[in-house]
Amino acid sequence: MSPLEEVFREVHGRAVAVLTRQLGDLDLAEEAVAEAYATAAATWPERGVPPSPAGWVITTARNRAVDRLRREAVGTAKLAELARLTAEPEVVEVGAVRDDQLRLLFTCCHPALAPEARVALTLRMVGGLTTAEIARGFLVPEPTMAARITRAKHKIARARIPYRVPSEADLPQRLASALAVVHLVGTEAHSPATGDLGVRDDLTADAVRLARLLVELVPGEPECRGLLALLLLTASRRPARVDDAGALVPLDRQDRSRWDRALVAEGQALVRACLRTGRPGPYQVQAAIAAVHADAPTWASTDWSQVVALYDQLPPTPVVLLNRAVAVAELDGPSVGLALVDRLDLDASPVLHAVRAGLLRRLDRVEDARAAYDAALARTRNTAEQADLRRRRAALS
Amino acid sequence: MTQYLLSVVTPSGGTGEHVQPPPEELEPIMARVAQLRSDMQEAGVWVFAGGLEAPSTATVLRPSGDDVLLVDGPFAEGKEYLGGFTVVDVPDLDDALDWGRRTVAAIGLPIEVRPFSW
Repeated sequence: MSPLEEVFREVHGRAVAVLTRQLGDLDLAEEAVAEAYATAAATWPERGVPPSPAGWVITTARNRAVDRLRREAVGTAKLAELARLTAEPEVVEVGAVRDDQLRLLFTCCHPALAPEARVALTLRMVGGLTTAEIARGFLVPEPTMAARITRAKHKIARARIPYRVPSEADLPQRLASALAVVHLVGTEAHSPATGDLGVRDDLTADAVRLARLLVELVPGEPECRGLLALLLLTASRRPARVDDAGALVPLDRQDRSRWDRALVAEGQALVRACLRTGRPGPYQVQAAIAAVHADAPTWASTDWSQVVALYDQLPPTPVVLLNRAVAVAELDGPSVGLALVDRLDLDASPVLHAVRAGLLRRLDRVEDARAAYDAALARTRNTAEQADLRRRRAALS
Repeated sequence: MTQYLLSVVTPSGGTGEHVQPPPEELEPIMARVAQLRSDMQEAGVWVFAGGLEAPSTATVLRPSGDDVLLVDGPFAEGKEYLGGFTVVDVPDLDDALDWGRRTVAAIGLPIEVRPFSW
């Protein structure tokens, strides 16, 4: 990414947020910001980046929008927009920008939009990614992603999804939706369901950036810090997660000396801050589990009873129970773990079959283990994961 | 203000007739619907509402050149049909969804919320 693109991405969410309120139209705001970028790209390299790039972009975009509305001002609605726009004071206060960013975020994460539309729209509007970048990140053709974003914007405009911070009563549910969107970006980055990359570093960085924004915008909610900690601790394993041959390295065999200690330290500090707050939630608990792993110099020396106790605090979804079973197997032996795994209704998950295979191998049931690896291989399209599964299958002898 | 159509998505028994709950269940539903309607009127959002007869009572008119053809029965047999509706006039989707949620609670059936375009 060029330095200019980095600045654009950095200011995009703020600029679109402020202008959407002023213009009353997300589409118009986005177009005006894009026009301001075009002007900046033409002038900044020569004149230098202005002292406040965000302020410059917002002012320029607003002027562009005013020009455009003047040209097109035929209907009364447009004239009303224009009146509102020119009445707006030039200087925007930090607190007001924060409210606008919250409005934008909650609009993009509105539960009346499909989950994949929320993710795409949040990355586009709040995160400042281009449609092409989002399409690449989620392995869909660019026109598909463009259509998804356009459809979501149309629904916001036509169904009148309001541009406001949710009421106190609605906030927990609406915040949960925003957290889920950011978490989904991080999950997709960490273990993409398809494709040949074990890790997608760009998306990871975007997820972390969005989580930081959530912490900044909703400082009173410990789940925001929990999510940020979870993403940081997950990202810290990145250097050890794919080997030189491009195969995925599972947690139990990662070279932990390669983990990013700075990310670990920041993640653990956040987890400790969450513990002090004493209002636990699913993201905080997941972050605490990641912190327990980060504390252990090796897989074998992990505090498994602590891990199991933490999994017990999470809603018992099949995926949580699967991870819990892995920890129980370390604590009470592979046959106890296997009995738990075999109780789960998660046949479509490659992870379940890979876990089964590992437990069966430890029980010396080589043929069963081989069949389980085959089942896992048949269920993943991720080539890095496939490479790891093939290697483990070949090592069965 | 925007008008929204809250449609009652009614499961079809495949016969074109209403699949109605027994009277002891229907009565409290109708009481709740009446209460909701007066709540809507009191809030000043109620525009119009109605429950529809079964799809078997429908007649479809089709253009046919300069003529119009009559067909006995509903336009399409589906797994669901429009059993009834309420039109509310509210500032935005969040308010429409709130009333939609209360309608679900009253009737116990899915409610589709859709804005009018004119």
